[in-house]
Amino acid sequence: MNCINHVNLEFPSASANEGFARAAAACFAAQLDPTLEEVNDIKTAVSEAVTNAIVHAYPDTLGKISMKLRIREDHSLEIVVKDWGVGIEDVDQARTPLFTTGSEERSGMGFTIMESFMDSLRVRSLPGKGTTVTMRRIIARRAGR
Amino acid sequence: MAVICSEKDRCLRASISGELDHHRAKEIMEELDGRIDQIMPRELILDLKELTFTDSSGIAVLLRAARRMGTVRGAIRVVNTPPQAEKVFRMAGLQRLIRFE
Repeated sequence: MNCINHVNLEFPSASANEGFARAAAACFAAQLDPTLEEVNDIKTAVSEAVTNAIVHAYPDTLGKISMKLRIREDHSLEIVVKDWGVGIEDVDQARTPLFTTGSEERSGMGFTIMESFMDSLRVRSLPGKGTTVTMRRIIARRAGR
Repeated sequence: MAVICSEKDRCLRASISGELDHHRAKEIMEELDGRIDQIMPRELILDLKELTFTDSSGIAVLLRAARRMGTVRGAIRVVNTPPQAEKVFRMAGLQRLIRFE
């Protein structure tokens, strides 16, 4: 499907960039004229994906995270968050609600939130190579625009 | 400051403002832990009126506060939860564990 507009961002896995990443995604998504709830859903899902990369992909180092945002012809936003970190051994287990390998600051709800707040979620990971999370959200066309 | 607290008759009111994510969660948890240990409140009221965003880090913060209040045999109540935060907390079924008003 054709891409109408896109933006590619790259930043180090510093936790200060969690806020930046979700704000950037919300700004870009504004072109689709989303409702407040739709913007909040996107911000929350991006926050989860980027935090996973920061906490789990690069546990002891700062590494590179790439976030690609695309607006598709079907009035959807596609978000691809990619890292080159440790990878996930068992993706199905990682996606199980409440499962976490993190410390007490983590709840194990990240993938569950991404899954339910977005229309689709695909996770590809290779241990030692990195992880790519692809999410899509269709923004409803509202009357009067 | 991460959390603004006030105390009266061993009732601790803590207001969390701004965005609650992994970047801020540790600081907020430590602040709440410290206040709970110091005051040993009968009740903790977490006021989320000024909370503009939370992700799953907020779930961990609330669960930890609830556990900590359990150890001092106090109650916990969460008030003024904004819709965005409510949707996140509902995902984890927090309403079954913590009183929301």
